[in-house]
This record gives sequence, C-alpha cells and structure tokens, in this order.
Amino acid sequence: MRSHAQHTSPVPTLSQAPEPLATDAPAAEIRLLSHRISAGFPSPASDYVEDGLDLNEYLVRNKPASFMFTVKGDSMTGASIEDGDKVVVDRSARAQHNDIVVAVVDGEYTIKRLYLRDGHVELRPENPAFEAITFGEGSELEVWGVVVGVVRRYPVAR
Amino acid sequence: MDSPSPQFALVDANNFYVSCERVFRPALASTPMVVLSNNDGCAVARSNEVKALGVKMGTPWFKMRELAAQHGILAFSSNYTLYGDMSNRLVAVLRQFAPEVEVYSIDESFLRIETVAHLYGGAGAMGQQIRARVGQWTGLPVCVGIGPTKTLAKLANHMAKKNPEFNGVCDLHALSRAERGRWMAGIEVGEVWGVGRRLEERLAALGIHTVLDLRNASPKWLRSHFGVVMERTCSELRGISCLALEEVVPAKQQIMASRSFGQPLEDIEALREAVAAYVSRAAEKLRAQASVCAAVHVFVMSNRFRPEEPQYSAGLTVPMAEACDDTRALTTAALRGLGAIFRPGIRYKKAGIMLTLLSPKAAMQRSLFDVAGAGARSAALMSVLDAVNRTFGRDVLRTGASGTEKRWAMRSENRSPRYTTRWDELPVAR
Repeated sequence: MRSHAQHTSPVPTLSQAPEPLATDAPAAEIRLLSHRISAGFPSPASDYVEDGLDLNEYLVRNKPASFMFTVKGDSMTGASIEDGDKVVVDRSARAQHNDIVVAVVDGEYTIKRLYLRDGHVELRPENPAFEAITFGEGSELEVWGVVVGVVRRYPVAR
Repeated sequence: MDSPSPQFALVDANNFYVSCERVFRPALASTPMVVLSNNDGCAVARSNEVKALGVKMGTPWFKMRELAAQHGILAFSSNYTLYGDMSNRLVAVLRQFAPEVEVYSIDESFLRIETVAHLYGGAGAMGQQIRARVGQWTGLPVCVGIGPTKTLAKLANHMAKKNPEFNGVCDLHALSRAERGRWMAGIEVGEVWGVGRRLEERLAALGIHTVLDLRNASPKWLRSHFGVVMERTCSELRGISCLALEEVVPAKQQIMASRSFGQPLEDIEALREAVAAYVSRAAEKLRAQASVCAAVHVFVMSNRFRPEEPQYSAGLTVPMAEACDDTRALTTAALRGLGAIFRPGIRYKKAGIMLTLLSPKAAMQRSLFDVAGAGARSAALMSVLDAVNRTFGRDVLRTGASGTEKRWAMRSENRSPRYTTRWDELPVAR
C-alpha cells in the first residue's frame, strides 16, 4: 500500500480550473494537470517541469515497513550483493520462493536466497564457497523481511 | 441519518523502548532487559521478564545492580533517536486504518473507529488487523483497547495487556454488561486514566477501591469531593464520551530545554556551550509551531544530592526587545542571563532554558526599532538553518556559541546504534 498523504503539493501555480483539481491523485498527476499563466512570454519548458529523480521513491515501496541493512561478507556475490553494500528490506512484502531475504538464524541476521520447493525450506547463498542453511522438522525459519533493493557507492578521489 | 455513537481504539506498544531495541537484536527476544533514563539513571522501560522479577518503573539502576547480576538483566541507555523513528512508523501504519488519529504519547495513539470498523469486519477484528499489520511491518508488539469513550478504551487496553485470553485486543462492546462489571470489580481504581496513585489513596479513604466502585459512585458527590475532572472520568466509565480526540496538539505556552550533565561543569565557557545548544533546540521547536517568544528564562543548579559540595541554584528571565524566533537573538539573551547568574567555584549539575511569553508569529507586533528588512532576512536565515538541519541531521548548522566539544552531553554508556537513521549504524546481515 502506498501513501500520498505526505506529498507536498507542486509549485503554486494559477490553475485554469476554478476548484483545486483532484486532491487524492498522486502529486505527479496533479502536476500534469496544472498550467502556468504568466504576463510575459511563457517559458517553453514550463509545461514539462518535473521534480528531479528521487532515489527514495525508486527504492522504497512502503516507507514505514522499510529498513536498511549493511551487508557483511561474500555469501551473496553471485547475486551482485557485495561486502559493504546497503540493502533495502521491506517487512510488508510476503516472502516467496526465490526472493532474497533477511532472516534470523541463531539470533543473527543473515541475507540469503529463499528456497521453498517440494517441502524443502532452505536459505541458499549465492557463492559456491558457502553452504545452504536447511530447516528440517521442528526448526522454524524466521524471515525478517524481503530485500527489495541494493545500493553501493564507489569512492571517487577527485 | 444518525451518526453512529463514538468508538475509540487505544493502540499502545508493549514495553515500547524495550521492543524497539529487540526489533534489531532478535537474540534478545527473551533476555531480561531495561532501558534507562537520561544519564543512565532509572529504569524507564522493562521487559516482561524484568517486571516478573518485581522491578518497578523508575527503579534507579544502582539499586538493581545486584539483581541484574543475578538474573543477567541487560541495561540499555535511552536511544531516543531510534524510539522516535519507530514511533513515526507505528503512527504511519495507524493512519492507514482510521482518518482520525490522536498521537497521545510516543507509544500510544487514540483512533476514532466507528465509521470505519465495519470495513474490517467489526471493531474487534479491526483491532486484530491493526496488531498484525503493526507487528508485520514494524516488528513492534501492540495491544488494542476498544470502548465507547477514551477512558474506557484505555481501560480495555490495560485488560488486553494483562490478560492473555484477549489475544492482545479487548473490545468492551463485545462483553455483556455483567461481564464488564466483573472485570471492573477486579481492577484497582488507580489504573483508571487520570486517577493516579495520589487520588487513589483519597478515593480509598472514601470507600472507592475498584474501577466499578468509581463507576457506581454518584457523579455529583464525586464533583463536590474531587472536582469536575473526576466527575467526567466517572461519566466516561459509564460510557458517556466527554473527551474528544485531540488531533491538533495545542501550541505550547512555553518551550523548555534542559538536561543534567554527564559530569559536573565548573567553568562558564562549558555552560555557555550547553545553554546555546539548548536555545538552538528550543528555537527550532518554536519555529516549528510558528510562534515567537518575548522572554528567555535561563537557570543553573548544583547537585543537590552532593550536600558536601557548595550548593547553588539560580534562574533569570531575560525579556526580548522584540518577540522573535531568531536563534541568534535568543542565544544572546540567554547568554546574557547566564552571565548574570553564574557564580564561580560551583560544580554545576544541570542547566536549562525556557522560552516563555509565546504568541503566534502571524499576530506579531513590529517594533519601532526593527531595522528595515532585518526581520525578513532573519526569517530567511532561520528557515535555511532548519531546512539544513532537517536534511543533513541535527546540528550540522548551528550558532558558534554552542561549541563543538559537548563536554556537557548526556551520559549514555550503553546506547544501541541508531539503526534506522544513521548510515554508519545500520544493522548488519551476513
């Protein structure tokens, strides 16, 4: 579920409509519907104004349920998740077969790919040097959240 | 069409500070633990295991050290950054359920649910869905109490917390009148919202011991003995809603910022830094509520628990030439006040400031002496200051007077990482 409530309204402009346009619409739609009326020459770009790209919007599907983790170790390099990467973990997503998840094993967090097939429950690494964690009778898997994104910065010395 | 009679839900996080810590430390799920107040003084949150050992709220840590060693009780310093962030998440989830939400405290919110409960299959079912979604999304355990008044919702919440058979949600509407009476007869009157321990003793002297006793007392008689607030509480217990949801918190009449120092301070420079930092924080709040302030009160005190040291305590109110919300002017006033009350040779334990004589900024009177344009420039500077600090973290921009060393900072020896607000303190997954 997404919420638009906290979205601020776009740059104040004079609307040609007498009433405020759709208030429940996402801000992006409101922006497309508004026009500027100005006394001088209108800027040819004003009809195309958009907010800049927002990485939060791109990475976070559900803000109150999203948490960031730092990855340690090489167990997921095959999925392009490296030591030191930050991952976005969404607790509201239901974990399914083949999702990358953060799970709690022996009281610690682990990041692995979830395998749920033919009655087998496993947390599989993406690196042949590591072994899968299996869950037999009587041991329960605790998924903390589903990994929905990864971010990494590269040092640039300039 | 008649509007349906009011229905309130009180959603309250269980052992909130402890629960916040456990979200990020799953290994501690059943470890006895407490969270200590500022300066690691007293227990302000206890896990169920610690409650079971008989440790009361507010017990000083030094008094429970022995018990802690014996039972392996862990003590955490308060991590208000983390608790504030988790509280915001909790409220964000609650706002999806009901259009009207009153955030009553960091871990308690009232919801008006009579117009929306049917969407979830009734009030009790709605309560269970709230509990499930908050738990799933944030990791926080909550209990829900539902009743026709805020006082009854609060009571229902208490019942849900103390009695596992409710499975975390108690809807008083679902109980018969006789059942409600039996429950009320089993709960001490001090548990009622707004009664408290002191009034509990006075009520007991007059024969009122349980919630049921209070509900059955004559409102007129209560009014003559205890005043209108107690009469209202009695009405609320009878299901007559007297207290409305306060969605908009009224603007504060004064804003206070004070703290005990981690170690005593003796020289005025250190005190000046502390006072300037308090002014910055308070002025930020002042601007957030769109008020201006006409006087700054500053105070200092020594440690009264150290009678062998020279004792001193003083405060001074410094009026402003013109009511304002400018951190610089308020800091200047506060430091002038500090200079006037400072005495050398004292080991100061605490200092603070209070912004008083607040009024709405919109109604502000312009002074004869305002240099043309200075007001507008100040407003622009202050809004940049607040915006930068909001975006890049507290105190990235601040006045020179607040210093950089923070010798006066709060003692918090065992604070957990700020898991949700700092890039370098995120939880780690291997």
